[in-house]
Amino acid sequence: MTGFEVNGAHVEVGGDPDTPLLTVLRDDLGLVGTRFGCGQGLCGACHVSLDGAVVPSCRTPVWQAEGRSVTTVEGLSADGTPHPVQRAILDRQAAQCGFCISGIVVRAAALLDAEPDADAARVAEALDGNLCRCGAHRRIVDAVLAARQDPVGG
Amino acid sequence: MTDLPPHVITNPRLGSWVAVAGGVDGGMVEVRVGKAELGQGIATALAQLAADALALPLDRIRMVAPHTALGPDQGLTAGSLSVLQTGPTLAHVGGVVRALAGPTSPVAEYVARIAGLDPTLDLTTVEPLAPVAAAAVGRSEPRLDLPDKVLGRPRFLADLRPEGLLHGRVLRPPSVGAVLRSVPDGWTLRDGSSLASSGTGKPGVTLVRDGSFVGVVGEREADVDRALEQLRGDSDWDERDLLPDPDDLPGWLRSGTHEEVPVLDEEGAPGPGSDVVEASYSRPFLAHASIAPSAGLATWTDDGVHVRSHSQGIHGLRDAIAAALDLDPGTVVVEHVENAGCYGHNAADDAAFDAVLLARAVPGRPVLLRWTRPDELTWGPLAPAMTATLRARLEGGRIAGWSHDVWSQGHSARPGYSGHPGLIAGADLATPVPLPPSTDPPLAAGGGTTRNALPAYDVGPRRVVGHRKTDSPLRTSAMRALGAHLNVFAIESFMDDLAHTTGADPVAFRLDHLADPRARHVVAEAARIAGWGEELPEDTGRGLGYARYKDRGAHCAIVADVEVTDDVVVRRLVVVADVGRVVNPDGARSQLEGGATQATSWTVKERMAFDRRRLLGTDWEAYPVLRFSETPEVTVHLVDSDAPSTGAGEAAQGPTSAAIANAVHHALGVRVRDLPLDPAAIVRAIDALGG
Repeated sequence: MTGFEVNGAHVEVGGDPDTPLLTVLRDDLGLVGTRFGCGQGLCGACHVSLDGAVVPSCRTPVWQAEGRSVTTVEGLSADGTPHPVQRAILDRQAAQCGFCISGIVVRAAALLDAEPDADAARVAEALDGNLCRCGAHRRIVDAVLAARQDPVGG
Repeated sequence: MTDLPPHVITNPRLGSWVAVAGGVDGGMVEVRVGKAELGQGIATALAQLAADALALPLDRIRMVAPHTALGPDQGLTAGSLSVLQTGPTLAHVGGVVRALAGPTSPVAEYVARIAGLDPTLDLTTVEPLAPVAAAAVGRSEPRLDLPDKVLGRPRFLADLRPEGLLHGRVLRPPSVGAVLRSVPDGWTLRDGSSLASSGTGKPGVTLVRDGSFVGVVGEREADVDRALEQLRGDSDWDERDLLPDPDDLPGWLRSGTHEEVPVLDEEGAPGPGSDVVEASYSRPFLAHASIAPSAGLATWTDDGVHVRSHSQGIHGLRDAIAAALDLDPGTVVVEHVENAGCYGHNAADDAAFDAVLLARAVPGRPVLLRWTRPDELTWGPLAPAMTATLRARLEGGRIAGWSHDVWSQGHSARPGYSGHPGLIAGADLATPVPLPPSTDPPLAAGGGTTRNALPAYDVGPRRVVGHRKTDSPLRTSAMRALGAHLNVFAIESFMDDLAHTTGADPVAFRLDHLADPRARHVVAEAARIAGWGEELPEDTGRGLGYARYKDRGAHCAIVADVEVTDDVVVRRLVVVADVGRVVNPDGARSQLEGGATQATSWTVKERMAFDRRRLLGTDWEAYPVLRFSETPEVTVHLVDSDAPSTGAGEAAQGPTSAAIANAVHHALGVRVRDLPLDPAAIVRAIDALGG
């Protein structure tokens, strides 16, 4: 069994410890908000936070999560209040198909935790590991900038 | 009776469009259209149209996904036609409902009366009431689907987890035309008709084989993924070198066999000759490159097969599945479930058929099939490579004759399009269902190869001909804008060339040849807003592109500012568009922004690489797309208009590409005519100048 914390709750999962964390989240824990985009760690759709560091969960074997804390997109609004990044994206309609947006929310939330004053260039650079094919990039950057002023949980 | 909208005539039953759910008092009016949410926001725009048609508040409307058995057949969700086709249809449906169930206030009583209407009522037999004043239309209503997506709730097809779910994967051949020679020892071969334990030592993973079609099905996704990789490593294929020379696509496109697509041949149009200006342009094969791999969910039972798909045309898919497997179409049900943006005919339909083939081997169990990333990029239909040669005669600083020849593969291989199922796995089955060559939509529907090949300008006698290549090993189909991307890139690059030849300013030269006031307005506005003629920073150029999509859709002019140093960096795009009456202004802006940004990616980065045997763009490093820090600032300005609504999602692609090329020419004085417009292309263009 592999034990770790997901969005504040302790979980134990069986199976092969080399199974990707993404598969465990989606299939065993029912947390399908983290999306499968490439399985190669190259698109960012499966980004989760592992002890505060953003990782591609499709390339993270579940054994690496042992004893650690995972936050997924669902965990950012766990108390029913959307994270400021999520609220800003909705306010500004900063997504089209929305398949990439879970990973972007996770990446942007981690960025603002570490660098609350990140400017547009820094936000764009931080999101370079997240692909968006619809062309919502500029709206997303503007939404993340807008979220800076919004206190978490406010 | 007023003129009946075509989709009312073909779907005359009231219950196909409108139902009431959730009890008579708090009832929601469910509206089921045949147009699918592809991430373009269409469900929201159509909800606004439905609310006004029914004279209901928007929050009383619930949009229900397209369904072959329950909802209307509106053909494809494609070609920027959803608002154009569905607006008048919903107006009729709403007018009939108001005529029969009005008055519309109080709302609860009105909804209760709608609930009491006969769902079998024939909509063509009732005179609809006249439309009421717009209340929802014209407002920037937030997207109905975005909260689920942004908050990470289940919404996409691969998020479905029905009882008894099995996961499936298919092993696609390693190269085009490859034939499976043998399968590995230790696998229990299945003929696709029964489930049995396999010989892999992994309980619950089963091989499904039918000819060269090979897949695995199992209880646990991780096991299925491992089994697929084992199978890939172990399987043995006969491969051949069938692909063209990737370094001479224009030459290859012009050779071989073609179907001619004549558009226009006016007396006096120029042929080759010393008195004409001539130039040729090209684009490579492109991938749709959806962020989600395609998926399908199917359940096979004695009664038939139930399919969930993100297809753009569920009715065509239903018929194609039935034809490929010799089933009664009445026993195949397809319902739409969202997935990531597809941008045209990607692998959605293929994945649905894969799911059906796997589900057939495990009757009674739902099978969720998902493609891999390499397969999504290389086995989904490609957007065709294209090349065009343009000629113009100049007299006294004006264009006095024009010709446009364009060579391409067909732009549609959609299921059923030319009477064939057109589903990729069909070609691999023991009893093959071959894939026909791609064709083009008819000219009346905008064409494919020749889409937007007719210039919008007054150019004297014109000759426009498409040459559709019919002998290609590569499978191509529709990607946003179809041939309009290359044709507009060519025409608008050529217009700049001609302006420079005559010593004219490119904007003034266009306006000199443009009569339509709506066209003149967007061109002049884009130039004004962008500060046309102003001094620019060093290494930066500014260029404009214009087109009216499909000759009768949205007018769109774009000005690009491009910085060219070691790299080609598109800094800013100013978009001015006239899309007629705007249903949802923010939604239209979003579609234009996205179209322009995606076209920037096509223009400066994208090319499907291959050798003589295999496609090489198998991941996001080998098929790079535009990243956040490479994305231009995009500002969109919508023209106030009472003209009929048009789509917005395909208006910007051609003008964007030309504007970027024209800006590069402005910055460097070199003309790049072969996309992508990357640093290597610029080096080649500079070398060609010196040579």
